[in-house]
Amino acid sequence: MAASPVVDRDFQALEFAYRRSPDQDASAPAFHDVVIVGAGPVGLALAIDLAQRGVRVVVLDDDHRLSSGSRAICFAKRTLEIFDRLGCGDRMVDKGVSWSVGKVFFKDEALYRFDLTPEPGHCRPAFINLQQYYVEGFLAERALALQNIEIRWKNRIVGLRQTDAEVELEVDTPDGRYRLRAGRVVACDGSRSAMRTFMGLESKGRVFQDRFLIADIRTSAELLPGGATERWFWFDPPFHPNQSVLLHRQPDNVWRVDFQLGWDADPVEEKKPENIVPRVRALLAASPAKDVHFTLEWASVYTFACMRMERFRHGRVLFAGDSAHGVSPFGARGANSGVQDAENLAWKLALVVGGDAPDALLDSYADEREFAADENIRCSTRATDFITPKSEISRLFRDAVLGLAREHPFARRLVNSGRLSIAATLPATGLNTPDVDAFSGDLVPGAVAGDARLVGTAGPTWLLRELGRDFTLLWFGEAPVWADSTAWRTVVIGGTGGLRDIEGLATQRYDARPGTAYLVRPDHHICARWRAPLAEGLRAALDTATGRR
Amino acid sequence: MLNTDFNLDNADDFYEALIDAHRDLSTAQSHELNARLVLLLANHIGTLPALREALAAARSNVLGSGNSALNPG
Repeated sequence: MAASPVVDRDFQALEFAYRRSPDQDASAPAFHDVVIVGAGPVGLALAIDLAQRGVRVVVLDDDHRLSSGSRAICFAKRTLEIFDRLGCGDRMVDKGVSWSVGKVFFKDEALYRFDLTPEPGHCRPAFINLQQYYVEGFLAERALALQNIEIRWKNRIVGLRQTDAEVELEVDTPDGRYRLRAGRVVACDGSRSAMRTFMGLESKGRVFQDRFLIADIRTSAELLPGGATERWFWFDPPFHPNQSVLLHRQPDNVWRVDFQLGWDADPVEEKKPENIVPRVRALLAASPAKDVHFTLEWASVYTFACMRMERFRHGRVLFAGDSAHGVSPFGARGANSGVQDAENLAWKLALVVGGDAPDALLDSYADEREFAADENIRCSTRATDFITPKSEISRLFRDAVLGLAREHPFARRLVNSGRLSIAATLPATGLNTPDVDAFSGDLVPGAVAGDARLVGTAGPTWLLRELGRDFTLLWFGEAPVWADSTAWRTVVIGGTGGLRDIEGLATQRYDARPGTAYLVRPDHHICARWRAPLAEGLRAALDTATGRR
Repeated sequence: MLNTDFNLDNADDFYEALIDAHRDLSTAQSHELNARLVLLLANHIGTLPALREALAAARSNVLGSGNSALNPG
């Protein structure tokens, strides 16, 4: 494996030391409000979010290293906005390759291009490509800098018992076993979740009969014309006939190539470098790079399933990320939805642990993220069905769509090379207060608050950066005195002393008039809005959003 | 006359419904379904010039591509 550039730590070689915890010598099992199982991107994001909210967390991980291989590489705008809140967004974006344009090819012809950020005025790009070990490394560095987080490496759960009052965990370490008690346990331990198995639970769904090869290659040569940072997708290209190919640029001169192999491919044979290299050579021969030198960084042959657990909450144990749900990789909805699980859960858990909201608020985590998982599964299943048609007639329609797409704009919208991750708009029921006034646009209750460039007294800023750690009241125009409250942060746009909407994009996106107000949750989802808000209505909406009514 | 700009309520919902309609059918049955579907939709459209344009567009796209799925190039 080639060394990383000197400016970055070699996160793939990094090993975290196992340290004996005082809990291992305690006469009776120690109690912690929140224990997180798994220090991957989901567990670390959740730990940081909770710690920033003043909740002490213990993170148990059965390993002592970060992600092996680049794995998840596409991190969506919403996830980057969450990383901003967690204090590591800039590091991710500075290191990552930002992109928003995708190109789709059929055989040897360019069919069309799409742009995932068709409008200006958003701080973060539609996507960055960044190896998972960097994402985990940056999150781990942030987590290690926070006093409220204790990560225990090489701590493997070997037993679990739940009562009405607590969860008792048995943990194996290099020094032997110990027990600890927890108020809440969040299982972020991945698709083969040991926690799920211990509890006798299953994640069920549809297994796809197809195999794919991931080959990460390193080359100083340029594979895309003009150094483009774009996602390229081929249906049935001449260099890999009858199958699909996907190409992504990563940092450090690494490229991700995803070759569809078909169900009959032999995973052991296909993973051998002597069989991977000719496939890569065929791709390179069709690129501007032609016959260049490259090294193989990492390879994996995989199959996938779209599945989820029936319920994400089981008493005091909650499931987040791949342990709770799995998707096909087309759409970048795996790691992204996991980080979004974490941020949905963090503020609710903080309120419940702090005694500021009833336990039932945690049910809304399961309700909302099960809904989001269904959407992610639906999108990724449809993309997979389009990319890998499972019947003759399905293939006929697929090729008819691709054939028509060259000439006719409508057919391009039917082409599905992956519907890329965007945050789910949560259902109108539950924590949201239904609209009583008429609004246009996409920012309905349940949607993620839209970004916009604003100017404050301290200079330029972004709308999402101005939102508070807890609830935010976004007020357009002159705000009355009562709009200021300790129950929320008030952000005024356009009023005296307020932020100036110089481009008018905030006003436009929020369909705002003077007096319009939005209540935004700690996870940036909108939960209520009014044309003429009253203090009473606002308090009621806040109670609804925190499960207090 | 023939609208070839995007005009569906939801592309992915429609495509899923289309493929679902063919589930568990033999290839011969799928051809029968497609023929009936064309006739139903043609009647819904009604306007002959639009239908003629659609027929011509479909035919020229098939002949132009030269290697459709049924006749791999």
